[in-house]
This record gives sequence, structure tokens and C-alpha cells, in this order.
Amino acid sequence: MKAAVIQFPGSNCDRDMKVAIEQEMGAQTILHWHDDAELPIDLDFIAIPGGFSYGDYLRSGAIAARSAVMAAIVKAAKRGVPILGVCNGFQILTESGLLPGALMRNRDQNYICRNVDLHITNNKSIFTRGYKEDTQISIPIAHHDGNYFADEVTLKSLQDNGRIAFTYIDNVNGSQANIAGILNETGNVLGMMPHPERAIDTKHGGTDGQKLFRSLVKELA
Amino acid sequence: MKVRVFVTLKNGVLDPQGKAIHHALEGLGFSGVNDVRAGRLIELDVNEGVSDENIQDMCKKLLTNTVIENFEIERN
Repeated sequence: MKAAVIQFPGSNCDRDMKVAIEQEMGAQTILHWHDDAELPIDLDFIAIPGGFSYGDYLRSGAIAARSAVMAAIVKAAKRGVPILGVCNGFQILTESGLLPGALMRNRDQNYICRNVDLHITNNKSIFTRGYKEDTQISIPIAHHDGNYFADEVTLKSLQDNGRIAFTYIDNVNGSQANIAGILNETGNVLGMMPHPERAIDTKHGGTDGQKLFRSLVKELA
Repeated sequence: MKVRVFVTLKNGVLDPQGKAIHHALEGLGFSGVNDVRAGRLIELDVNEGVSDENIQDMCKKLLTNTVIENFEIERN
């Protein structure tokens, strides 16, 4: 199994993501710099990590979403390669159009860094099938722009098609419909604000993120 | 030539920043402000040959996120 973690100037969860993929998926994991337009063709999994790509200039994720590697990521998404975007990675996925909606400044203007309780809203996806239906997990968040917005039509389509993967039990940032993570139409692209890679070791204070990576292993095996 | 792009949030999109500014104005004792919406001004210095269509294209592809933002272009 082969995975890539995409790095942008300002990414800061790239190393943690690599460790999580290696430890929980046993995948050979490369770090891929954004200005290299050619991604290896034999990747089984691509992760876009958290951080502050380009210093969040213009809008969070806006400039990274227009970088050279993104065309290859869009192509991989169309081929069905599983793609996970966490935090800034989620912002990059919405800015690139791979996921609908936008992530705006948190409702209360604060940067929020703490563990939050999440509801597994869809446990049928390739990323979430290791979790039991309707369970609650605790995963850290660390963001300023995680307030999910989509127009009513998009929101209804997400709800009706089981594309909301995770919701916040308490709406910490003002997201519509408490959305913490969503899937694309074909279910192979997941964007989420919480950081599963920061919850894979008892020393992290919790291991609720493990099942996300392990679900993928089962899918790819 | 200077081109100004005014980026504003679409109607119906909540503006937490505008709300915080509004709140701060009230805190300073300014009354009579009904609402505040914050936006962004982007100034471009472009060659004569850059058309309106070019600038619209820039707005749609990078300068704004059309899911949540509108833009207006001012040339002079």
C-alpha cells in the first residue's frame, strides 16, 4: 500500500499525518511537495494535512487549491483514489471544488483548540465503516476558519445522500447542520475539520482517530 | 492602470466579522448602526491590454470564492 501526504508552504500537520498513515495503515508514505505537478500514479491514498498554507492569505486554502499538484489530485479523485483533507486540507478541498461549500471564520471569531465530541453520522463510507452506527467519538480540533457554509440546495443534497460523515455534538464554530466532515458524491473524498491523526495514541489523550485509518486499510486490502 | 475589486459576502451568508465590528462600535458608544458587513478590497495594477473579461476571470478563479462572495470591479 502506498500513500502520499501533500505539503504546502505552511503545512504543519504533514509529519503527524505521515506517522498516522504509517502506524495505522502500514502504508509506505511519501511527502509530496505542492509544486511537483506529477503525483505517482500507483498511490492508494492521498492526504492533505492541516496547517496554514500560504499563511491563510486571501482565504484559508485558496492559494494552495490553485497549486500545481491539484490537477493531479482532482484526476486521482476521479479515478476513485481515497482522499482525506483535514482542517486546512478540508479548506483546500472546498476551495478546489472537490467538496461543496466553504469554511468561514468561526461564529465567535475565536481560534478553537480542544477536543470535541463528534457524532458518526454516516458509518457506511470507506473512511467511517470501522465506527459503529450512531456512536460518539472525541477528536481534537484546532482552527479559526471551520464554520461550514453551503446554500440550502447543497445542504439538503448532503443530508439526503448520506454525505455528512461527522457532526459536532455541540456546535463549536457555527457550522450549518453542525457539520464537521463531508464526503463527495462518490464517497472517496472526505474533508473534516477535526484531526484524526492527533488521536491515534493513548499518549495523545485518545485513540478515536485510529478507526478512520483502519477502515481505509480494510477498503484497500 | 489601477483596477479595484470589491469583494463582499453574499446576502444570507452570516458575517461573524461584521457582527464583531458592529458589537465593538456599540461598545464605543456609537448608536444608530443597524448592521455591519465586512468585505475586502483588492487593488490590481494592470496593463492596458487586460480586458474586463480577464479581470472577471481572475475574480472567479481566485480572487473570490463564489460560493459565499460577490465581487464588483471598478476601473479608472
